[in-house]
Amino acid sequence: MGRYVIRRLLQMVPVFIGTTFLIFVMVYALGDPVAAMFGDKAPDPATAAQIRHAMYLDHSLPAQYVHYMKQIFTGDFGTSASGQPVTQLMGSAFPVTIRLTLVAFVIEAVAGVGLGLIAGLRRGRLADSGVLAFTLIVVAVPTFVTGYVLQYFLGVKWHVANPAVAEGAPIGDLIMPGVVLAGVSLAYVARLTRTSVAENSRADYLRTAVAKGLPRRRVVTVHLLRNSLIPVVTFLGTDIGGLMAGAVVTERIFNIHGVGYQLYQGILRQNPPTVVGFVTILVIIFLAANLIVDLLYAVLDPRIRYA
Amino acid sequence: MRGATRVRCAVGVLAVALAATACGGGSSGSSGGSSGGIVRASWGDPQNPLEPTDTNEVQGGKVLDMIFRGLKKYNPKTAKAENMIAQSITSTDAQNFDIKIKPGWKFSNGQPVTSDSFINAWNYGADLKNAQLNAFFFEQIDGYDKVHPDAVGATPTATKLSGLTKVSDTEFKVKLNTKFSLWPDTLGYAAFYPLPQSFFTDHSGWLKKPVGNGPYLIQQYTKGTQMSLRKWTGYKGDDAAANNGVDLRVYTDNNTAYTDLQAGNIDLVDDIPASQLKNVKSDLGSRYINEPAGIIQTISFPLYAKGWSTPQSALVRQGLSMAINRKQITQQIFQNTRTPASDWTSPVLGDAGGFKEGLCGQECDYNPTKAKQLIQQGGGLPGGKITIGYNADTGSHKEWVDATCNSINNVLGNNKACVGEPTGTFADFRNKITNKQMTNPFRSGWQMDYPLIQDFLQPQYFTNASSNDSHYNSPTFDKLVNQANAESNSSQAVSTFQDAEKQLVKDMPAIPLWYQNGSAGYSSNLTDVALNPFSVPVYNEIKVK
Repeated sequence: MGRYVIRRLLQMVPVFIGTTFLIFVMVYALGDPVAAMFGDKAPDPATAAQIRHAMYLDHSLPAQYVHYMKQIFTGDFGTSASGQPVTQLMGSAFPVTIRLTLVAFVIEAVAGVGLGLIAGLRRGRLADSGVLAFTLIVVAVPTFVTGYVLQYFLGVKWHVANPAVAEGAPIGDLIMPGVVLAGVSLAYVARLTRTSVAENSRADYLRTAVAKGLPRRRVVTVHLLRNSLIPVVTFLGTDIGGLMAGAVVTERIFNIHGVGYQLYQGILRQNPPTVVGFVTILVIIFLAANLIVDLLYAVLDPRIRYA
Repeated sequence: MRGATRVRCAVGVLAVALAATACGGGSSGSSGGSSGGIVRASWGDPQNPLEPTDTNEVQGGKVLDMIFRGLKKYNPKTAKAENMIAQSITSTDAQNFDIKIKPGWKFSNGQPVTSDSFINAWNYGADLKNAQLNAFFFEQIDGYDKVHPDAVGATPTATKLSGLTKVSDTEFKVKLNTKFSLWPDTLGYAAFYPLPQSFFTDHSGWLKKPVGNGPYLIQQYTKGTQMSLRKWTGYKGDDAAANNGVDLRVYTDNNTAYTDLQAGNIDLVDDIPASQLKNVKSDLGSRYINEPAGIIQTISFPLYAKGWSTPQSALVRQGLSMAINRKQITQQIFQNTRTPASDWTSPVLGDAGGFKEGLCGQECDYNPTKAKQLIQQGGGLPGGKITIGYNADTGSHKEWVDATCNSINNVLGNNKACVGEPTGTFADFRNKITNKQMTNPFRSGWQMDYPLIQDFLQPQYFTNASSNDSHYNSPTFDKLVNQANAESNSSQAVSTFQDAEKQLVKDMPAIPLWYQNGSAGYSSNLTDVALNPFSVPVYNEIKVK
């Protein structure tokens, strides 16, 4: 187990370097950001040169990348366009997004697995078709549409929730955005659970359990659900990263000042330190989530052993 | 709101792990009516640190205008520059100015406003080493070229502008490097604000919480999220705040801000999203403001490029101008939030300030027959067709560029005569223009820095001026501008500037399209909401019910 974890951690290094480099190149390819700072006016060459120098833009791309990576390993992620250290932005943005992600994750897991279980246990009946129709609709409608529609009806028409999230992002305000963010994944989780439950309910061990005369509740929760959750856990684990990245749209609609907001500002102002810094952390979260998922397999399925 | 709380909690229970905090967290200060005479307004994150000489966009400018007052202030209604801290600004030759300031002004940290507050601030802004975006506002002051040499890599040989001399704490003299009679009227711009001693002694502390001498002081500033400004009771000027304060909330999306206004969570939105323009009148009624702002949109021509450099090509440009149906486009595409332009300035200047409706004459009126005739007379479009360049990332220019091209195509009876040409990012677009890489017309816009006709003409059309994107070069125009700047009588100066402007009709280096309006909407909690000539709400005059 220990060696497996170490091997996995080592594999992360090239992935990490590769992704950061790709992102760095992509931001760089957007062009020179200095001209845009002056608005519709032509920049005066001396000031522009000073700013380029301060942003390390007067070096070649590889040199800039090496310089940036060196900085990162000393814990310095550079400064954003407005002069704030990127680490400070991270400090304020990540807690907000993590909260939003958790809310979405809980909604997605509880509602998704619940719906999937109902559909799987009542295959071919009305409940099953109902869940199928519901998930199809949710998958088909883009996030920003659900976002604006919910915001308008719940926020403006019926005054059930605040249309925008207040400063500090209290959990109560995050529930509506959480539902929107969780929507599509929720549908996938439900479909995945349904298939898995449907399959496993025909398995030998389940018939044995029923034959032993175990109470239905125990059969479903311990025997059926636990085994059916393996593919779902894989999806949920990788989806954490997806949720955090997908928050760009949701955060914009509900005015949440989290990772998505900072990324959007960074891209708009072509500020490489902000964009690369935030994405780097997202990459790390993605990698860590994947590792945890793989380790969770062993817990869920005793047949799997890591040597 | 009891029902709302219950629903929130019910859903909260679903989030088992988070249930404990779900109902306790609440939404502090964002629901219900406004509290204690505070205006809750929308805001965008300022792009740069909030230094007066480094802020050249409207979001940062908004804050600076609340916490600072300069020598002059532009009247929010008439746009006229009026003395604020200045007691008097006098000159006998339009080049040497004697500035006397009113005694007794203070910054909100208690430090006095003296002539040093101005001199130090201006020296800081001009100094190349500080790389301030607004440095060029000091270029008329004597000694600027020593403090801020223009060439890349050059090092300054001085740190202080030699044109600034202190006489006493309440008086200083300014020597310009050329005659510029309207110069005192530029002093209301943010770059010329005074700075307290603490700016220089504790720079990073000042940036965290800027301190000024205006009607508001910053109570709390969470970068990227919110700024709370409160009325400063020690304010000396006669335009003290009529409310107790302003809370500026950052919105990433103006649609969300608008929705929040409808839900009653915010009182003032100063940027109505284009998609809501159709509904805004029915949503807000008389609480919707749509007024001209000091912004003009134009189409510029690369006069350095082949096909546009000949004298003949002026006829083509005039023809193109007459082929654009401005009225229809402003109505259909902009829902009347733009006004068809008939000169190169802006209505906010007023007649006395140099705006002259119809100065462009028939060359800016839609006239399909004449347009076609002029274009043919000028030798036709270079290469048989043109493109109109624009940036695709911000400002939704595609719609009007396509409509403009469509108008030109209809006039010429050729579907391929004009097409839009997008560039991915604004930065890239500006780079192409600055590096003289354009070969076809491109969109351009000008937002005034100060309400003077000079600001609309000289930076854009004077030979080698900083924003002369067309690289227009007309000795007649230059001569008239110089003459106007040397004029000591301001109405005489304005009329000479208009003479210069008439030269633009002949050469048409840029086609005036339309004047842009500022728009805002507010809740029924507020009264006395108005936009100033810069399309920024006049916060200090807003009353809260």
